[in-house]
Amino acid sequence: MSQTKIETDHGLNVRMFLTGLSLVVLYLIITTLLIYLGVAYGLVIVIVAALIFSQYYFSDKIAMFSMHAHEVTPAEEPRLHEIVDRLCLLANMPKPRVGVAEMDIPNAFATGRSPSHAVICATRGIMTRLSDEELEAVLAHELSHVAHRDVAIMTIASGVGMLAGLVSRVAMWGAILGGGGRGGKNNQNAALVELATWVVSILIYVVAYLLTMALSRYRELAADRSGAILIGKPSVLASALVHITGDMGRIPRTDLRKAETMNAFFFVPALAGGTAASLFSTHPSLEKRLDALNKLERELNG
Amino acid sequence: MGLRDALFGRTKQVAPQLDNIFALPSAALTLQSELDLVTSGQAGLCFKSGSGESTMLSDADIMELLNFEAEKDSVTLTTDDLGFKWLVINDPTVDGLVTKIHSANSTMVEHQLGPRLLCAVFGFVPVTPPGEGAVRLVYLLKQGTFYPFAPTGPHQRNNELELRVKSFLGTDLVIEKDLSRWMALWNLPVN
Repeated sequence: MSQTKIETDHGLNVRMFLTGLSLVVLYLIITTLLIYLGVAYGLVIVIVAALIFSQYYFSDKIAMFSMHAHEVTPAEEPRLHEIVDRLCLLANMPKPRVGVAEMDIPNAFATGRSPSHAVICATRGIMTRLSDEELEAVLAHELSHVAHRDVAIMTIASGVGMLAGLVSRVAMWGAILGGGGRGGKNNQNAALVELATWVVSILIYVVAYLLTMALSRYRELAADRSGAILIGKPSVLASALVHITGDMGRIPRTDLRKAETMNAFFFVPALAGGTAASLFSTHPSLEKRLDALNKLERELNG
Repeated sequence: MGLRDALFGRTKQVAPQLDNIFALPSAALTLQSELDLVTSGQAGLCFKSGSGESTMLSDADIMELLNFEAEKDSVTLTTDDLGFKWLVINDPTVDGLVTKIHSANSTMVEHQLGPRLLCAVFGFVPVTPPGEGAVRLVYLLKQGTFYPFAPTGPHQRNNELELRVKSFLGTDLVIEKDLSRWMALWNLPVN
């Protein structure tokens, strides 16, 4: 990351640091709780940690698999490879593997445990929708995620959330197992204490989750910024975002006749969706991202 | 599909909604005044040809069934590369196009071919070409909703123009609200 061509936004850095710090504080609270609960649950924690680690270690394979993406050679996708080549030279970073997902939803992602084990992937939908310049802007954003080691950071952040969830479950078992044997008022009090622990753990989990989401949104803004600076034109990234998110991103490129043949349930009305509050979102709203890019454009010109 | 049908795995074929199509002539006026778009004089009805007793029809049978005479009504029937039939109708007025498409729809429904209907497409072109480009209004027969489709290349479409058409026609037409249903129709036989 130190050798990549990235300028910093101090306000954003401070916010990211504070979010990270809050997560660490939470982590401390959780460890204290764990000690209170005794070491018997240590093994469970180790297993969960191993799961989280393998999720991190195989992030590239998991993401490629779940997105039905396949790696492509320069001969298969010359346009995509050319853009990635150029951007990696510009940013002075190792070229990641390049993949394509055959789906109409416009999207791109980059993942992998380190810049040398990274993979950058675009869907067919984003490649048909965007001009070369806009596609370059989107890939620059994804390469910034690689340079910022966002996979590692988000794994740690969500790992803490998972641990918190685990504690809440451990406490719940405790409440059930501790229920028998003792009688009278003691039993009632013990149950109350267990209930309180349970409620607190759930609260911790919710807060951890919200903080992780907030951190993710800041990482997105940071990647927008670095990507825009790398290509030198924030407005191009802004126009790419307008084309792939919101209304325009939802209009498909799939042919009506093909969709009708493929999907028998196509005519069943879809459930109303897309109203998730911004608090629970992993990405900042389009307006926020456009505002930030406009500001950057003015900074670069002024 | 009700709960009982779902439990027993019975799919009822969806009957088409024909009536919302009559709002098109007033929408055409709005298109002309706001976006300088006029009818191309062509409309098309797309349906799936199937196999089975009542559906194994030759093109001539379908034309006879629909009561059209190719020459007099300037109607043609083609099959596209995805195996869908297109009834292409020529008429200089929007009213004429709507009337003919509706009569074809009703006849199909009378002969139990309603579930095979996919969509009707009406062509609109700029008054002074090139303008902003041509727009097709697609009528989804199962939903009874319209959406605009403005192709600009073999697999490109002008989303800005489509969304503008939507904003102008929102009061005239029942526009498909779910944008993910605004499917493309590449290689249309309708201008």
